[in-house]
Amino acid sequence: MSTPLRLKELTNKEELLTGGHRLCAGCGAPIAVRQIFLALDVPVVASNATGCLEVSTTIYPYTAWKIPWIHSAFENAAATISGVEAMYKSLKRKGKIDRKIKFIAFGGDGGTYDIGLQSLSGAMERRHDIVYICYDNGAYMNTGIQRSSATPLGANTTTSPAGTVIPGKLQPRKNLTKIMAAHNIPYSAQASPHNWRDLMTKVRKAVEIDGPAFINIFAHCNRGWRTPTNTAIQDSRLAVETCFWPLYEYDNGRLTVNYKPKEKKPVTEFLKTQGRFKHLFRPGNEDLLREIQENVDREWNALLREEALQSSAESS
Amino acid sequence: MTRLKGWRELEIGAVIPEAGNAVQYNTGSWRAFRPEWIVENCIQCLRCWIYCPDTAIKAKDGKRGEFDLDHCKGCGICATECPGKKGNKAILMVEEGK
Repeated sequence: MSTPLRLKELTNKEELLTGGHRLCAGCGAPIAVRQIFLALDVPVVASNATGCLEVSTTIYPYTAWKIPWIHSAFENAAATISGVEAMYKSLKRKGKIDRKIKFIAFGGDGGTYDIGLQSLSGAMERRHDIVYICYDNGAYMNTGIQRSSATPLGANTTTSPAGTVIPGKLQPRKNLTKIMAAHNIPYSAQASPHNWRDLMTKVRKAVEIDGPAFINIFAHCNRGWRTPTNTAIQDSRLAVETCFWPLYEYDNGRLTVNYKPKEKKPVTEFLKTQGRFKHLFRPGNEDLLREIQENVDREWNALLREEALQSSAESS
Repeated sequence: MTRLKGWRELEIGAVIPEAGNAVQYNTGSWRAFRPEWIVENCIQCLRCWIYCPDTAIKAKDGKRGEFDLDHCKGCGICATECPGKKGNKAILMVEEGK
């Protein structure tokens, strides 16, 4: 019997990520990791791609993880955890192990969208029974805020610096959650830590499913996004309310949009709280702001259309 | 902090055999603002606890307890998310040293 997803009941679970890690004050990643662990009721083994989360939680001779945990290079967290899962299956077949263990890989957007994409794609295609968690903070924050393919259009980073030559990043971000869904894996979803119940429900589904699952989690970065340290949850909420970061899942091909805001806020509500988008509000960048809004609208409408299409196909 | 180990004393492969020993490392000194819990305004909604990045709010049996100031970095997320009672926050950020 799994613990009900109520905060009062969850307080009696052991915390598997301790304090004393050295992620920045107000970082979004450990909030997500704590929620993931609180959702779990089975023992897990994790691999972690290089990135903020990996570096800052395991500065030698300390580790903040209370689980078996393997550091991988940037490109192979998914390959590492595939190997561990294959070994587990083999030991199980030989009768040398009988307890149920699950396998998770953690990676940032740099290690997932860019550098680790081929090993992730391979692990998904091979149908390992793993969960890959990407915490997406939209740039290579660990090395000093370089743009990644998850960086939003118009964001100021050190390799897409906003100034007189360019107005921040010139390209829109790619949609990795849909790329993962296109692998026809059993489960691919997008979540945000401000909605802890939705996030935990998705983690439970992903872990329970037999086969590969992917969850993309919105992770605030106050250093990279140029915000105060106390806004991680506020800004995550705005990202979802503006439909910049929709909450949805593909469960065996069936799309569900888990949250539909009653009133969709303009994307500027999300952008204006962050220093990385400050230049967009200066005269001359109105077109870029419009383009960002159009991109959000297009992706949001496409999601709603796809969901409606699937349900009408089922009822007919 | 204790003396660093010499290379002969290290585990092979730099394995850390003690799970979660980061708890021995105090990050509380990073703090510029300290959270203060005003118990009479607390409705025990536990939002501060679920949103804490540093596992720095102790909770048990459905109730939050004191802040773990050895590890709290003073980010202020708890105070921001605290709904309080009748508009009065149950967590306030106070400048350290004052």
